Amino acid sequence: MADDIREQQLAAQASGGALSPVEIIDETPVSLTDGPVVKVGALRRFGQLLRRSPKLTIGLVVIVAIVLFTVIVPFFTESPTALDNASLLRPGEDGHLLGTTQLGADVLSQLAHGGRSSLLIGLTAGLITLVLSVIFGVIGGYLGGWVDETLFLISSVMLVIPGLPLMIVISSYIPGRSIWLIAVILGVTSWAGSALVLRSQARSLRTRDYVAASRVAGERPTRIILVEIMPNLLPLFAGQFLFAVVAAILGEAGLSYLGLGPTGGVTWGTMLNEAQTGAALTRGAWWWFIPPGLLIAFLGGALSLVNFSIDEIINPKLRAGSIAAKNTRDAKKRKKKVDQ
Amino acid sequence: MNAPLAAERSTAAGRSVDGREAVLTARDVSIDYEVSPVVHAVRDVSLTLHRGEILGLAGESGCGKTTLAYGINQLLRPPAALRSGSIVFHDQDGTDVDLRSLEGDALRTFRWDKISMVFQGAMNSLNPVITIRAQLFDVFTTHRPGMSKKQKEERSQELLRKVGVDPNRLDSYAHQLSGGMRQRVMIAMALALNPQVMIMDEPTTALDVVVQRGILREIMRLREEFNFAVVFITHDLPLLLEISDRIAIMLQGEIVELDTAANIFEDAQHPYTRRLLSSFPSLTGDRGSFIRTGEEA
Amino acid sequence: MTTLEVKHLVKDFRLQGGRGKKFRAVDDVSFTLEPGKTIALVGESGSGKSTIARMIAKLETPSSGEILLDGHVSATHGRKLAGYRHDVQMVFQDPFASLNPFHTIQHHLERPLRLHGRVKTQAEADAETERLLERVSLTPAAAYASRSPHELSGGQRQRVAIARALAPGARFLVADEPVSMLDVSIRLSVLNLLARLQREDNLGVLYITHDLATARHFSDEIIVLFKGKIVERGPSDDVIMNPQHEYTKLLLGAAPNPENHGRLRAEVLAEMAGGPQDAGRDRFGTRGM
Repeated sequence: MADDIREQQLAAQASGGALSPVEIIDETPVSLTDGPVVKVGALRRFGQLLRRSPKLTIGLVVIVAIVLFTVIVPFFTESPTALDNASLLRPGEDGHLLGTTQLGADVLSQLAHGGRSSLLIGLTAGLITLVLSVIFGVIGGYLGGWVDETLFLISSVMLVIPGLPLMIVISSYIPGRSIWLIAVILGVTSWAGSALVLRSQARSLRTRDYVAASRVAGERPTRIILVEIMPNLLPLFAGQFLFAVVAAILGEAGLSYLGLGPTGGVTWGTMLNEAQTGAALTRGAWWWFIPPGLLIAFLGGALSLVNFSIDEIINPKLRAGSIAAKNTRDAKKRKKKVDQ
Repeated sequence: MNAPLAAERSTAAGRSVDGREAVLTARDVSIDYEVSPVVHAVRDVSLTLHRGEILGLAGESGCGKTTLAYGINQLLRPPAALRSGSIVFHDQDGTDVDLRSLEGDALRTFRWDKISMVFQGAMNSLNPVITIRAQLFDVFTTHRPGMSKKQKEERSQELLRKVGVDPNRLDSYAHQLSGGMRQRVMIAMALALNPQVMIMDEPTTALDVVVQRGILREIMRLREEFNFAVVFITHDLPLLLEISDRIAIMLQGEIVELDTAANIFEDAQHPYTRRLLSSFPSLTGDRGSFIRTGEEA
Repeated sequence: MTTLEVKHLVKDFRLQGGRGKKFRAVDDVSFTLEPGKTIALVGESGSGKSTIARMIAKLETPSSGEILLDGHVSATHGRKLAGYRHDVQMVFQDPFASLNPFHTIQHHLERPLRLHGRVKTQAEADAETERLLERVSLTPAAAYASRSPHELSGGQRQRVAIARALAPGARFLVADEPVSMLDVSIRLSVLNLLARLQREDNLGVLYITHDLATARHFSDEIIVLFKGKIVERGPSDDVIMNPQHEYTKLLLGAAPNPENHGRLRAEVLAEMAGGPQDAGRDRFGTRGM
């Protein structure tokens, strides 16, 4: 295993006397014998988490609401491709709560069914991105040497190739595209950035003493990667995954808008595409394109909120900052009350 | 509760001991961290710092010594807050300044001019993107706006020479200097305005023993030359025993013993002081509480 | 013969920003660890002591030289390396960094037990984990086993690290500055613990430190390192009370010693009264002691 990072540290130490400060670790006396060991259940801990972080709560509520919408509503509407000739391009009315498209399809139904497809594509593409970035990032990052060099080269090349044009090129070659194919295309073109982030984190983690201690104990590299390093990357995985899902949903919307999305299916992106070809904007048919646009925006925003809250949860400094601010606010409030 | 410390053998604040006058008097200082539950980081601490004295502040992590230093310098940030007590600075021109009443510009002018501080991890306190010269000049620009560029240059070179650094290093950046040199630059910056009190928080902790000795020697020399008082904060009790005039031992926010170095070394009163002393096996004498061939673990 | 012998170890590092420029961190170091004895490797930063520790723990490969276990050249991979790791273990300096924040104490102790075949079933693993925790005075053991590292204090974490090092059944222990990051009043109890474990298991210990005082009291032999080379070695009391090499004398003179109260001040005053201010740098790079 390449020791290049360690070499750099030692060489730097030697050539300039750059010393790392020896901090004394706080010796808070921990008495483990008083009181019973109360193991807080996972559910309760989750509840505590929600209370602590409004961002997480809001984000999760919006995501759950949208998911429920796409799961439940399709049971109550007709097919998204059913055309009602009696009602063309009409705003909300009986039987068509959100109005109809220019061909007579029910907007609400399209929104709900399309939501399912969009979400599925987003999730699948996100998963593919995650798996690929873990393979190209974590494995290379930990092993170093020529394995790392090769994987890094591939990742760098993929990063430089512009995503959207690549997707367009691939999409336009294949006449019949299912939502799964779109998901694969999206996933395969957007893992590189994530891979580099994971790689640099893995490189940093491999110099940790607990990884060295595992090696000294006799662990093999595979186990070290899976058991010692990856668990510490979980928050990063979650963040990268959510980010990938947002990108995939937006990417699918973009592809579909260009007419290169799933053929025959309905997604929020295809709705926007049809609205555009049907000149919905000039005709003032706001009920056609605003709902899908809004839902894309809300979902993207909610996923990002959850991402931020994960950042705060794993980075105690960020959390301490907001807690300190809150404490100062509370202290000021209390002082005001006393002074009144 | 607050019976006068039996161990404090110096007299009450404000009066002189051995003919030395007081330069800083702290009475019943309490500092809390306003989190839940509230942490009483410093509890009713009183001490007197005399002109030209080296006062060691010893204790382990969490005892409150750094918090106290920040409190004296009015550097506390939320959620830390000075709850009660008085801190009075006795200027050598005869006036007394109540530090708690200083705010804004008055505080800024006061700080560094009368009391300066060398921080823990001074290596990270130097600005990495500007030269040493620029940082020293900053100090002068802020506090001595009347100085000309030539005067600033001369003074900066003189300061570096005083702390044992080649004046040519004014052009260097922080990362180009060794750890010991950076520390000396920090001391030069703290010295720039001829303060009457220097508070040093673990200034030599991360340095090699040999480099540390050089810096201590420098501090001693400067103290003889300028007669400023030093509050030297560290966990390294043998070091304090060697160089301080008096030492205050802190435990969980309180001063449990305050006496001359000689007295503490030969005849410590408080059990914690004795325990701390026995944690340092003597280099050339006996073993203290270290038993290699007996039992106890 | 049961020894861990280090012979003519050399370690070179490539420097950045210079073609083929090398930095020699360890220069021809040899010594032998014997069961029941402690050798202290004393030096400042840049002396190479940590690099030597890492080479013995097989975290770095020597540029040249050999490490012999029981007279045989030790392996660098495969089953033979596993055998070496069974006998030679390490305690790291930073008690927090050396424990994985994600896993429980139980995990940290169970892994080496399983890797070296000391336990087969979960029940055996649990029992052995508790036994190890009791050996390092972390009782009640069951309470500690289910905790995570961040729930323990620095001293407790270091005891866990020691227990982990003992788990495979090691005969030789490399302790890399095991107490320098611990609070002062805890240090001696951890060193006393190491001393007791050494007596009980007849361990050969390599104690790496920059602190001469504990080196003297804790070890039988002291080796002084400067810039990768051994400059002095001998029985602890001899080296401390009767140093031969200039660098050793320099180190001893620089260490804080309460017995010298007032001496520095007297020297400074004398210097200011007479002599010029700029004493030249001596060959160790310091400005006149």
